Amino acid sequence: MKIEEFRILSTTAILGYGFPIASFEEGMKRNPHLIAVDAGSTDPGPYYLGAGVSFTDRDAVKRDLEIMIRAGVQREIPVCIGTAGGSGGEPHLEWNREIIEEIARENNLHFKLAVIHAELPKDLIKQELAAGRVIPLEPAPALTVEAIDNTTRIVAQMGVQPFIEAHKNGAQVILAGRAYDPAVFAALAVSEGYDMGLATHLGKILECAAICAIPGSGSDCMFGYIGEDYFRVEPLSSARKCTTVSVAAHTLYEKTDPCILPGPGGHLDLTKTRFEQETDNIVRVSGSRFIPSPTYTVKLEGARKIGYRTVSIAGTRDPIMMKKIDDIIAGVKERVADNFRDKDIKYNLNFIIYGRDGVMGKLEPLRDSPQSHEFGIIIEAVADTQELASTICATARSTLLHYGYEGRRATAGNLAFPYSPSDFKAGEVYEFSVYHLLMVDDPTSVFKIEYIKL
Amino acid sequence: MARPDDVAHRERNSRVTKLIEIASVIRSKNSGPYELTLDIIFNEFYDYEQIKRGGFINEDLICKLYNVTPDKIISIVAFDPAKAIKATIKRPLCSGDLGETDVYGAQQHAPLLDLEFDI
Repeated sequence: MKIEEFRILSTTAILGYGFPIASFEEGMKRNPHLIAVDAGSTDPGPYYLGAGVSFTDRDAVKRDLEIMIRAGVQREIPVCIGTAGGSGGEPHLEWNREIIEEIARENNLHFKLAVIHAELPKDLIKQELAAGRVIPLEPAPALTVEAIDNTTRIVAQMGVQPFIEAHKNGAQVILAGRAYDPAVFAALAVSEGYDMGLATHLGKILECAAICAIPGSGSDCMFGYIGEDYFRVEPLSSARKCTTVSVAAHTLYEKTDPCILPGPGGHLDLTKTRFEQETDNIVRVSGSRFIPSPTYTVKLEGARKIGYRTVSIAGTRDPIMMKKIDDIIAGVKERVADNFRDKDIKYNLNFIIYGRDGVMGKLEPLRDSPQSHEFGIIIEAVADTQELASTICATARSTLLHYGYEGRRATAGNLAFPYSPSDFKAGEVYEFSVYHLLMVDDPTSVFKIEYIKL
Repeated sequence: MARPDDVAHRERNSRVTKLIEIASVIRSKNSGPYELTLDIIFNEFYDYEQIKRGGFINEDLICKLYNVTPDKIISIVAFDPAKAIKATIKRPLCSGDLGETDVYGAQQHAPLLDLEFDI
């Protein structure tokens, strides 16, 4: 017996990146069972998780969501959003929830909204750590109580189960905190009885929307169909095609091993996956399997505040100085340290040298034989307060500007500044401090669901 | 030292293949905040098979290109459906730590661009 395909419209690679209305309408013509979007990523670094700020723009997110929610509510198609606000913590959820409430009000739309929380109390993590239920995710270091105390915010990546629960409880729009990227697409299909492996693999492709097509795009829609033992992906713009290679290649993206992809509660095994060209622009995939793990684990992500940053941007075109740059920087660091020796100031002073190893740092094979005729220099100071960071940065900048290195001919100043003022306050600095797995007895227990009638 | 005409002769007969001519994608990206993953996706199955079978993308090569020791290499795997070879290494720093130069890890691919193979 041939069962009906479950159809999913993925609107864009990250909520707020935009999509053409024509593509969205093409998707709606295919009568989707679900309109979904992933809003998150750890790519932009630890700041956004720690500071509780979205890396996407509010107006851009509202534009995308307004189109999705209006269409979804009018046609009674569930709308799911994963990893609200980019990082999926409490402030990110709140920020996105306000946008949804505004959309409902302005469009006179009424629906049941589920908000799934993913930020976990630090006391809970400490308890679980003591019980031996927190495992480091290699190569991250083991977690300590002190590291938890110093962490600003910890979120857990939910799997499909909290989405399924919210859907079964009648939510028409589901706004989730931190979620495993494919879960937002896979959940409802799994709930309808479709295979977890196929649904998760499809979700993994749909979470980046049209990035898996040729030409790829982070701001266009993609459509997915799941059948009994296969799924299909179709781009919604006639300018794009899905090919076996473009879809298979996307499976590699941002992953360590393309065949074994770990997630909440198990891993996706793609060793037997087949990619077939069904039509000119549609690819059919089969053989992907989900292998449940003996213990259900969810990934934890946390960030801690380590201070404030001030940077100064400059350059040099002097070949004598460029040859001496290591000695000069060492000399400047020593002068700055000496200047504040009597005061108990902790700071980090760093120089990024573009034209030498500014992009690759320690991985740069040409570090000792740069070919450049000029260097870009970023002076970076991080300290406990913004004022202190600015003080250290300013001292390093003025010291470098007039530093008398061996062989110097240009005695009027060592740096070209593009800007006045030359120094910029970059604000709070965070680093990732938790990247671990938490064992849970029930995949929904740590993710509280709140229902709001709009 | 080789005379210029010897060099010219050798070049005419050599079967040196530039990676950039047989691969359509050569890229780097974070795989989580602690890992950096390098993808090479070939144009043709033939070239992919040659490079894969020849074991050209190996630990020694990655160590040399990225100035790292073998313990920093997590895996080097081939993925037939995508005609791709993938190497993953530990990042020198967790993404965004003090001293970071590339938060997304998207500009660490350049040492691969100059690769040539004697197939």
